[in-house]
Formats: sequence, structure tokens, C-alpha cells
Amino acid sequence: MAIEIPRIPLGDWIETGLNWLTTEYSGVTRGISRFTQTGIDGLNDALMWLPDWALLVIIAGLCWKLASPRLAIGAVIGLGLIWDLGLWDPMIETLTLVVIATLVAVIIALPVGIAAALSDRLYRAIMPILDFMQTMPAFVYLIPAIPFFGIGSVSAIFATVIFSMPPAIRFTTLGIRQVPVELIEAADAYGATRGQKLFKVQLPLSLPTVMAGINQTIMLALSMVVIAAMIGADGLGSEVWRAIQRLRPGDGFEAGIAVVILAMLLDRLTQSLRKERKQ
Amino acid sequence: MSDNRSVKIKVRGLSKVFGDQPKKALKLRDEGLKRPDILEKTGQTLGLSNIDFDVHEGELLVIMGLSGSGKSTLIRCLNRLIEPTEGEIVIDGEDIPQLSDKALLECRRRHFSMVFQNFALFPHRTVQQNAEFGLEIRGIDADTRAKTARDALSQVGLKGWEDAYPNQLSGGMQQRVGLARALANDASVLLMDEAFSALDPLIRKDMQQELLELQHRMKKTTVFITHDLDEALNIGDRIVLLKDGEVVQIGTPEEILTKPADDYVERFIEGVDMSRVLTASSAMRPVRATAREDDGPRTALRKMKENAMDSIYVTSRDRKLMGLVEADAANTAIQAGQDRLDGVLTQDFRTVGPDEPLHNLFALFNEKSFPIAVIDDERRLLGVVVKGAVLDELAQAGDQ
Repeated sequence: MAIEIPRIPLGDWIETGLNWLTTEYSGVTRGISRFTQTGIDGLNDALMWLPDWALLVIIAGLCWKLASPRLAIGAVIGLGLIWDLGLWDPMIETLTLVVIATLVAVIIALPVGIAAALSDRLYRAIMPILDFMQTMPAFVYLIPAIPFFGIGSVSAIFATVIFSMPPAIRFTTLGIRQVPVELIEAADAYGATRGQKLFKVQLPLSLPTVMAGINQTIMLALSMVVIAAMIGADGLGSEVWRAIQRLRPGDGFEAGIAVVILAMLLDRLTQSLRKERKQ
Repeated sequence: MSDNRSVKIKVRGLSKVFGDQPKKALKLRDEGLKRPDILEKTGQTLGLSNIDFDVHEGELLVIMGLSGSGKSTLIRCLNRLIEPTEGEIVIDGEDIPQLSDKALLECRRRHFSMVFQNFALFPHRTVQQNAEFGLEIRGIDADTRAKTARDALSQVGLKGWEDAYPNQLSGGMQQRVGLARALANDASVLLMDEAFSALDPLIRKDMQQELLELQHRMKKTTVFITHDLDEALNIGDRIVLLKDGEVVQIGTPEEILTKPADDYVERFIEGVDMSRVLTASSAMRPVRATAREDDGPRTALRKMKENAMDSIYVTSRDRKLMGLVEADAANTAIQAGQDRLDGVLTQDFRTVGPDEPLHNLFALFNEKSFPIAVIDDERRLLGVVVKGAVLDELAQAGDQ
């Protein structure tokens, strides 16, 4: 005799919840949408306004100054290839999305990470949420993004921020918690307030770890921005997406290689920033 | 000597229980249970129990005990890095356990500088910035703190290293930075938590010596924690001996060595090289008789005979040591009809200060075996040491 166990309508609940959020907070989401879109357009226009060669020189110069002449040469070759393949504009669009998503993610992640480092209760509350955010298949975020923000770049940013934020939070928390107890004790012994302890001891000492987290966030953002092409985000991702739809492996790989080049440049640049901080 | 000084920190009935039911643990303690029983019955660790002691103004007080004795807990209770469970810690009239959080910050800034076992220097700050830390926290302006920190660094011999980072320095130098950070802060009490324990023995001796000199110069009230009895005896004006969270004995190094309060202290001091820490004053006997400078030879000779001595020290009216007269010489003077001692005074004897280590005294006894005169800074005669007394004292110490 089979016992009838009713199926829990989990999906229905979530949908009801999301619908409620969408209708109740449509004003808020529309506001966020407009604000973010302005930011995206502004940055995109600025980068596009620069002549291609000028931007290339600026990026190569940054690589030279922050990292090494070798990276600068690599940047020139890599970006030159992207330009030659006719992928310059999509590359700029992708870069814009990554920069803005990372910025938003970091602005949220730093205070949350710091708070979780200082409060055990918050730490326990936040860790499962982070696990959820990181392990939930990235595509799933795209679905609610559309009713919230409509098809396009803002939805892409929303999904990207959620997907890429966890490492920045985790590493910030880790960095602050890793500060040796003796140093905290020393700061306390000399009568430091909580703020003084945070800004003079905990944050400076956790900076290399925080930077590692930001590096991870950038990498995740880049991978998500590409996926976000499925909901209408412009950039290299949409080139890949189009190649899939038309079954053109050559085009797909060209755009894919451009993503790889961009990823390597961003990674080496942020890593060199981190090493420099370590003195 | 130091007992006459004013009290800087008064600690009374200080106890610390680690655990969530301190009341229960203290109740059992009051019923006479000891630390292991309390732990077994309640799961609470009695870290410190009913600690009473004073820290005098300007003294270097050593709190000494083995690991688990509660010495680190004790020093951290003083500035409330660890919250005491009960008791009073009064510094300049303020009861530290009663202070609000804000008042506590203020109290730490004003009263306590701390030096740590593992240096606890900030790796992202230069030597100079480390030394400035306490002043920076107190909001002192940049120029003043830069100057104060530089002075402190040069006091500990680190001039020229201001811009180095801690990881570029040796262990000994790092601890000098730790010391400079504490000195620059100019708090009224210096807390040193096993400050030299992580250093290798030679550097450690140097640092002890330097601390003594600094302390002598600045007269800074210092509480020094150590597990090393040699170190405690070497630098302490007074020593508080802790065992299992309780005070076993408080006293000067010599009191601890010569009058150990119980078996525990006795066992503790077994390993110490006694002749190195016993001083002339411990073997010194009061002078049975002295001749006055205006005594004649006859008076001097009579004093010697009465006291069965064959020589006598001659002192001025204010007890300053003038010289020594031997019985033979006094006889000669009488036969020659002299009525003063001036002609027969000899300087052929040895003098030492009261702090002279006992083992140095052996070499000073000459063939004639005059007692060694113990004199103070102004050549006042404090007492004498005879050869037998040195041996007695050393033998006694060896037995213990």
C-alpha cells in the first residue's frame, strides 16, 4: 500500500513570493533599473568615446606601471587581436558590465564581510546564504531578474552581483578573522576604540586577503556576464550566444578567446595590485 | 625599603573563573575546594583565586609562576583584557572592574602600556609608526608623537631603524620596538607579559640589564610576568609567586630565597645558583663594637678585649668608616705613650656594598682574615662579614 505524500509546492511558493516582490516593489526596481542603466551607459559611452588605440595605450600603461612590462606587451598583443577580430565594441560592453557589477558587489560585500567578521551571530547567519548564492546554478538567477528589471544589461548586472559577491564577503571576513589575536590584544591594551582597531589594525592587515576576494569576484563576474547574454546583455557573451544559435563554432571560439584574454588581463592586474599592497 | 613607597595599584580579593557559572565555582572555592575539584564538579576553571597584592610606585614587581599558575590571566585582569570575576583593582583611586567601557578606554590609555611575549608589533607599520601607536590612539598630534616616538626608539638603541618594518629586525630588536612603543606612550604603569621569554638567553640577559637601567633611570612602575625564577630574582624589586591561581609568597628576591614560605617555593628555588643571588647583606652581622675616632688606644683595646676581638673598626661620629686598629698596634701605641689612634690606623681591609654577591666575597678575605666591612654609599659602616658566615650562608642555601 503506497502512502500518498503530498508534493510540497516549493516552486509555487517561490513564484508567489517573487510575484509579490515584483508588484509591490516595482517602483523600487524601476528606480534601480534606471539608475544602473545610466551608470552602464555612461561608462560604456566614455570607454567608446576614447579612440580604440588610446584605450589600448592606457590599459597597456596601467599594466606596465602596476604589474610588469611583460604584462603590458601581453596586453597590447591580446587587445590587438580582439580589435583585429572586430570584437572591440563587444569587449568594451563586457568590460563595462564587469566593472559595474564588481563595483556594486564590492560596495555591498565589504561592510557585510566586516560585520560578519566582528559578529559571530551574523557570521553564522550569513554563511549558509553565501553557500546558497554560490552553489545555486547561475542560470537560475537570470529568471527572476527579468520580471524585476526587464530584459537587458540591468538584469545581467543583478544576476552577476548575486553570483559574484560571495567570495568578496568570504575573503573579507576571513582576512579580518585571520588578524592575529596578539595584535588585537595589543590594540586593546593601548585603549583603541572599535573603530580605531578596525581601521588601524584589522583592515590594513586583511587587505591582501580582501584583494584576493575581489580578484575572485571579478573573475566570477566575467563568467556570469557572458552567461547573462541569454537575457539580453550585450557584449562578448552575446557573440557567443549568437554563434551557438547559428552553429558557428569559429565565431564562438573567437569571442571565447576574447573573453579569456580579458579575464587574464583583469586577473593579472588585480593580483599585482594585491602583491604591491603586501609590500 | 620599598614598603614605605606609596601604593600605585592595590589588588584585593581578585578572582577569575573561566566558564559560564562563575558563582557556583566561587561558592565551592569558599567551601574550601581546590581548582581540580571545582573543574570536575562544575566544569569551571578557577583561573585566579583571592589574589591580594600591592604594586608600589616606581617599583619593578615580578609576578612569577609556572604555566597554568594564572600569571598571564592576572596581568590581563589588571587592564581588563580579561574581565575579572570578582575583586578590586584600584589604581589612583579608580576601581578598574567597575569602570564603564568608555572610562576603561581612558584608563588604559592613561595608565597602561603593555609589552607582549611575541612582540605583537604591527607588521604593516614601520618601526616609527609602531612606536607611535599608543599616542596615535590617544589623538596626540603628529609632530609631538613623531618626536616622542623617536626619543623612545633612541632610548632603546634603535636610532636609525625608524623606517624599517618589524620583519626586517631580529627578535631582540623587535622587542626593543615593543618596549619603545610602551615607553613612548608614557602611561603610568608598564605591563610586561613574559616580555623576554621568546628571546635567546644571551640577548635576554642584555635586555634584562637594559630594563634595569631604564627602570632605574625612569622609575616607572612595572609589573613583569615571567616563568623564569632566575629572571625574577635578577630584575625584581619584589616577587609575587603564584601557584594554581593563588599567591604563595610575596617578598624581595632574598626573602624568597632565604625564607621560602612553603615546600612549593622551596622546591622552586632548588635550581637556583644561590651564591649568585645571595648578597653581602644576607651574611652580614651587626658590628659588636666600634672604636670612635677620638677614643684613645686604651679604650680601643678594652673594647676589643670585652668583645673578644683582635681588631676593631674605627668610625667617625656620624658612623663613617675611618680605618681599622689591630690589638697589637693598639698595645704598641700605649707603650709609646700615644693617646690617639691616628698613628696606628690601617686601611688594610676590604669594603663592599650591601648588594655585593656573596660569591665575590671569598676572594676578598686576605691572609689576616679581617672581617669585611659592609658600607653604604656614604661609607657608613652597616655591618661586617666574617669568612665563616659566608660559608654558613652558602651551605644553608645549598641544603634547601
